[in-house]
Amino acid sequence: MKQKHTAKVLSQREIAPDIYDMWIETPLAADARPGQFLGIYPKNQSTLLPRPISICETDAGKGALRIVYRIAGAGTREFSGYGPGDGISLLGNLGNGFPLEQGAGKRVFLMGGGIGVPPILELAKRLEAQKRIIVGYRDGNLFLKEDLEKYGTLYVATEDGSAGTKGNVMDAIRENGLEADVIFACGPMPMLRAIKAYAGQRDIPAYISLEEHMACGVGACLGCVVKTKEIDHHSHVHNARICTDGPVFEAREVEV
Amino acid sequence: MPISGMFESARYARKSAQRGRSMNTQVTLAGVTLKNPVMTASGTFGSGMEYSEFVDLNRLGAVVTKGVANVPWPGNPTPRVAEVYGGMLNAIGLQNPGINVFLERDIPFLKQYDTKVIVNVCGKTVEDYVEVVERLGEEPAVAMLEINVSCPNVKEGAIAFGQKAEALFDITKEVKRHAKQPVIMKLSPNVTDIAEMAKAAEAAGADAISLINTITGMKIDIHKRKFALANKTGGMSGPAIKPIAVRMVYQAATAVRIPVIGMGGIANAEDAIEFLLAGATAVSIGAMNFVNPCTCVEVVEGIERYMEQYHVENVTELIGGLRE
Repeated sequence: MKQKHTAKVLSQREIAPDIYDMWIETPLAADARPGQFLGIYPKNQSTLLPRPISICETDAGKGALRIVYRIAGAGTREFSGYGPGDGISLLGNLGNGFPLEQGAGKRVFLMGGGIGVPPILELAKRLEAQKRIIVGYRDGNLFLKEDLEKYGTLYVATEDGSAGTKGNVMDAIRENGLEADVIFACGPMPMLRAIKAYAGQRDIPAYISLEEHMACGVGACLGCVVKTKEIDHHSHVHNARICTDGPVFEAREVEV
Repeated sequence: MPISGMFESARYARKSAQRGRSMNTQVTLAGVTLKNPVMTASGTFGSGMEYSEFVDLNRLGAVVTKGVANVPWPGNPTPRVAEVYGGMLNAIGLQNPGINVFLERDIPFLKQYDTKVIVNVCGKTVEDYVEVVERLGEEPAVAMLEINVSCPNVKEGAIAFGQKAEALFDITKEVKRHAKQPVIMKLSPNVTDIAEMAKAAEAAGADAISLINTITGMKIDIHKRKFALANKTGGMSGPAIKPIAVRMVYQAATAVRIPVIGMGGIANAEDAIEFLLAGATAVSIGAMNFVNPCTCVEVVEGIERYMEQYHVENVTELIGGLRE
């Protein structure tokens, strides 16, 4: 039976303002896939619900998972205070992750925006393809840049123009004249909408990772749904569950 | 899995018996005997499928399903959930696949397990409720019906029937006229006098009542200056509401002779026992399933430990078992 378990924090450091990079020792590392996420439970019982946090990197050999997350509220603020040896309560691995087979051997864009950048790292590591990694940041705090560079050609966009293309990831694609057969992406909703439109015009598939407020994380509460083109298999009402049917969807299947 | 699950539960029963004194955890609700008083709260457990990966459903007194309507309901726009201090708000809006899919998919799934199946029924009109109740009447695997007249998150039906004693009386009467299984009316805490509501349900022939459903609440995001939920209001659940729920269960249980199923913020066996002592015959675990998917079974085990510790031979001794 699956169960919530307490894992051990191996290390943690702040890699940009309010962005934390944590390695966790857990048996979940053995079969974690890129694009899957963990439900992490704060210890403070005034904040009860699991925080959905994407898996940034896995090290199956060491039995370790890496998460990179932003402080968004009381729960993530608590996590940011954990140090080596502390327990961290989690449920995983949740969701389906990116369909690697759809990109194998092709020209792919791996696109991340802001706190959507982290899951792109493990995806870039695992995917065997012509990888163009296009990541967007608010400013010059280019967290995970050095890690990403190892696994593909990296293009950066910053909103304030402090590095790479001034603007967003779509501007970076245009400025560099890039082309792809398939897109994988995670980031804020406006970015995902732009990617859906871009992929639609070119009639190429785009696998986008969605985010929504969640409660259970296992498909029972129906809190985190997204409107779908086809009737969903659970409730038969065009509302798929992001936690279990996603979080990655082909952009044409969802209304974002 | 279900078979090994049954084996597990048989082994557990033996183990409990071996601990010495005989211990009886059975309770009876309107003629339906549950192996223990612990069930799931509607809407927090789906039809058990998702949580069957985490808990052995054979260990539960009953599985209470998410509300089922006559046709599929899409539910509300997102965000549908928000965390609040010691609890959460939800405005799912009763998204459900409708009675056809429920009977074809969810009932066969639940039939595999040795637990009672209680189906929560929702509707926009009296006719909607009756249609679902009649369809379920043909299904022997369904032990009881729980009628949702208390969901605060849909515009029509549900709570509209649950906030006035006359309306509650009328729908209870109508449902009872068509129901083949015992009927539980699920009451809303969003009323002035819960005892009056409990009495209205009893007078109309309800076989049991369950309470509390969620308490209507609101959360505002001060950074965005927006409501946290697309529905603006949502139902509050979680440990923060427990004292209100215990009080209401006590008031309802004192007002009626039919059994009361207590719920509202139960996080562990101690909480569950509080509800039993307040007069509940059974208890439901709701929001805490989200916090620990194994909560239900932990509550079952905790009640057994409490019974051992206090030499309680029969769990029914705890029901309304407050001392002067």
